[in-house]
Amino acid sequence: MSTKRAYDPVPLRLSKTIVYRASTAAVVASFFILLLVARLFQLQIVEHERYATQATDNRLTAQTIPPPRGLIFDRNGNILATNQIVPSLAVIKENVDDIDTLLTNVRALVDFSAAEEISFRNRLENAQSDDRVIIKRHLNDEQLAIEAVNRHRFGNILVITEILREYPYKALASHVVGSVRQITIEDLQQLDPVRYRGSKFVGRRGVENYYEDLLHGEIGLRQVEVNASGRIMSEISVEPATRGQTITLHLDIELQRVADKALGDRRGAVVAIDPKSGGVLALVSKPSYDPNVFVTGLEGREYDNLSARADAPLFNRATQGKYPPGSTIKPVLGMAGLATGIIDWELEFDDPKGEFQLPGSDKVWRDWNWSKNGIGGQGQVDLFRSIYRSSNIYFFHLGAVLDIETFAAFLGQWGYGRNTSLDILDADPGILPNSDWKQNNTGDSWYPGDNMNLVIGQGFTLVTPLQLATIATIFANRGEFVRPRLLQSSEQPVDLGPNFPPVLGVSESDWERMIEALTAVVHRGHKGYLQNGLAWFHIGMDIPYQMAGKSGTAQVVAIPEGEEYDEELLPEDQRKHALFFGFAPVHDPVIAVATVIENGGGGSEFAAPVVRQVIDSYLANVVATNDE
Amino acid sequence: MNEGLGGRSARAHHHFFSGSYGQTFKFDIVLITLTMLLLGFGLIVLYSALGQSWSGLLNQAIRLCLGLGCLMLASQLRVSTYYRWAPTVYAGTIMLLFAVAVFGVSNKGSQRWLDLPGLPSFQPSEFLKISLPLIVGWYITTRNFKLKFFDYLALILIVGLPTGLVFLQPDYGTALILLIGVAAMLFLCGVRLRWFGAGLVLVAISAPIIWNFVFRDYHRRRIITLFNPERDPLGAGWNIIQSKTAVGSGGLSGKGLFEGTQSHLDFLPEGHTDFIIAVIGEELGFVWCVALLCCYLLIFSRLMYLSTTATNGFGYVVGTGITVIFFGYVLVNVAMVLGLLPVVGLPLPLVSYGGSSAITTMAAFGVALAVCTHKQDLEK
Repeated sequence: MSTKRAYDPVPLRLSKTIVYRASTAAVVASFFILLLVARLFQLQIVEHERYATQATDNRLTAQTIPPPRGLIFDRNGNILATNQIVPSLAVIKENVDDIDTLLTNVRALVDFSAAEEISFRNRLENAQSDDRVIIKRHLNDEQLAIEAVNRHRFGNILVITEILREYPYKALASHVVGSVRQITIEDLQQLDPVRYRGSKFVGRRGVENYYEDLLHGEIGLRQVEVNASGRIMSEISVEPATRGQTITLHLDIELQRVADKALGDRRGAVVAIDPKSGGVLALVSKPSYDPNVFVTGLEGREYDNLSARADAPLFNRATQGKYPPGSTIKPVLGMAGLATGIIDWELEFDDPKGEFQLPGSDKVWRDWNWSKNGIGGQGQVDLFRSIYRSSNIYFFHLGAVLDIETFAAFLGQWGYGRNTSLDILDADPGILPNSDWKQNNTGDSWYPGDNMNLVIGQGFTLVTPLQLATIATIFANRGEFVRPRLLQSSEQPVDLGPNFPPVLGVSESDWERMIEALTAVVHRGHKGYLQNGLAWFHIGMDIPYQMAGKSGTAQVVAIPEGEEYDEELLPEDQRKHALFFGFAPVHDPVIAVATVIENGGGGSEFAAPVVRQVIDSYLANVVATNDE
Repeated sequence: MNEGLGGRSARAHHHFFSGSYGQTFKFDIVLITLTMLLLGFGLIVLYSALGQSWSGLLNQAIRLCLGLGCLMLASQLRVSTYYRWAPTVYAGTIMLLFAVAVFGVSNKGSQRWLDLPGLPSFQPSEFLKISLPLIVGWYITTRNFKLKFFDYLALILIVGLPTGLVFLQPDYGTALILLIGVAAMLFLCGVRLRWFGAGLVLVAISAPIIWNFVFRDYHRRRIITLFNPERDPLGAGWNIIQSKTAVGSGGLSGKGLFEGTQSHLDFLPEGHTDFIIAVIGEELGFVWCVALLCCYLLIFSRLMYLSTTATNGFGYVVGTGITVIFFGYVLVNVAMVLGLLPVVGLPLPLVSYGGSSAITTMAAFGVALAVCTHKQDLEK
């Protein structure tokens, strides 16, 4: 057989085999087509729903629109917390190829400290791959300009705008307003995941925390169509975010400033309340901190620094600082004595030496006026004088006969031992002891000596400055218990809850007489040795309005028997706390104020002037406002 | 070799629809009509898949006209011409394939394209759908349809060389279609079934040797990925997920032309080329997909029928070879898009955007028409 060079056609003869094979090929081809049709049927008919859903999921993405947080105003319309648009440098994690190159680029744009770098590296590590990680916040105009010029060089560095919470008054109102902080993974386990989708911040202290529900608002949803690379092609629907409610506090930021200045650099607290509404006009705790660092602080470093400080600026002394009430408890105990009938206004005790002994006990209880040479007696003391002179001896006599359970119950009506505020969640209840309390907390029973400590406000009893201001409010209201509150109004009214029942068991004349005694503390002057109101010399000599008040000086350490208290001999942190509460004007009070100055010395000398400055300022402004 | 193709037959073929119209023009109106339907349908779908781009559509329309021209031209040549030129065409194709291996253009990890100055870039492997049937037909004819053991070895070399070159590009899909196409040609010529058994044994023996000694590491890796798309969820895995989603979401009647979200939002890769049937599935639904497959089956049937009407063995072998390879492209492409076969990167003949495939497919149709419908050679 030879290869044919030219074409010599072999005619086609369709044998049975060929026909059979060709038929087989046709059948096989048809079979394959049928197979494909079956597959199409499976995908397009049987599993259509599934793929249709998947196609929709592919193209539609719901984006959350975080709501703008509600603003916080003070009573005069000053803005305490606002939202600010802040330009920041950021990078999307998955766009970071080499972190060192990135940081070199960043340094070419802005100052970038080693601490910022550590923080950035940490946050970058913990971020999701498509997260925008903030490199540096609060770019200024110059930095923005530099970035714009160099944008082509540093393609992966973005300038983004963030809406950040800002507290214009910085440290001034931080203990009232509190702050937001960035939501952490732990927070997310407690927050409503739907409501907080897209939110970056949550209120964590103060009003920002308590009114989180009002302030946060409701997220909006934007449905967008995206392409495969995630670029938004069109907007399908928008459900706008509902901004958080604007809320107004009773707080008067200018009064707050006065109180802050009055305290100066001393550790302590001032609380001022409008007795008619219970609204907190000022609430100062010193030292304070700038809440803005919690918003823009990119890591816990600022927090660590603040919380490590010995003077505890994060600690809210006004609502959580617990102090022995000292002599500030005396007018309340006097009312208790009157209510229970064991004393009256006529009853007098003789105080020759400033000493008191319980029958059958050797222990000597001393007046604050006691001195080694035995001339510390205050003579004949009745209830009225025991208030304006703050006689310990009078109250030791009362302590010798009082029944702790009855008295504790009476004191309970004034808010001792409980948080009576309506919207200050973390306010400390303080301590109101009775025999059960002592048994539970010390394992010991109540002794007559405990009564002695109780009546001069030294023993187990502890109050917060807020509670002290509340007691001032109750006096100002002649027994009506208007509970303290921060919120004045919100867009949708909030029912904060009812007030407490008035203090029971005291007659109207008793209230007036006691308030007269408290007024005497401030105004009784020019009467001679041991005759003037204790605070008169310090605040009452030139006071242009009627003010009632009571000082207290709380010992921090026990003074050995037979020794005089000598401040010079004690380290600063063992010196007495200075306390004072007052209200004015006496006949129609518009403000009640309490202050505690830690280790601040005598209450009338050091605490009373703070209270007066606050009241002075407030009355001046109220008068000014009323005159308009 | 066979009991079928040899010997003369006096059967005269005259059919209304096909054959010689006069002495000058050869034509099959059924095949042309089906082809034109397919091309028209393809252009409509392409207009959508190209994002309603008139310029892209115009490009493709020009190529299709060129293809139709090739079809007409190729169908006019004599059978003897194809016979004479078969070895030259084959040799030319082999040279082009070597050229691809040496200085071809790489795209997406494989080197399939040749970019010669003055010519649009093209895929030489596409020519194999013509030159391989021709050379196989030529060889069998030279052996007077009586194949011996040596002839099978020769055929293995003849087919193995270009197929191997295509395989190494790598273009597994085309290589597979060519191999199966040639096997089908031999089957259709009546080669005894035991030879196919022998072939299977040969494959079984040589496969591990090729795997271990011929393949490089990247070949092996690619083939492993091919069958495990989940290893490459953003590459082949993504393609398959998105194409199934596109097809499945189309349902019975589709989302409407231009309304496909998978294709128009770029979820579906290669929507206008290899994955065009996913666009059809998404926008026009099950009904039109089935219609399209039926059209392909009709073209297959018509070509097969024309092959059996050939007056000579050479025509029959070449005609069936072209038919089977064409159909192989259709099956593999659709099966790939529907997730039944790995993603191998093949166009859907006559519908996918692109010149090489459409023009060579239509030229192949022309060759098939020429070798199956020309009668004058018989009269010689």
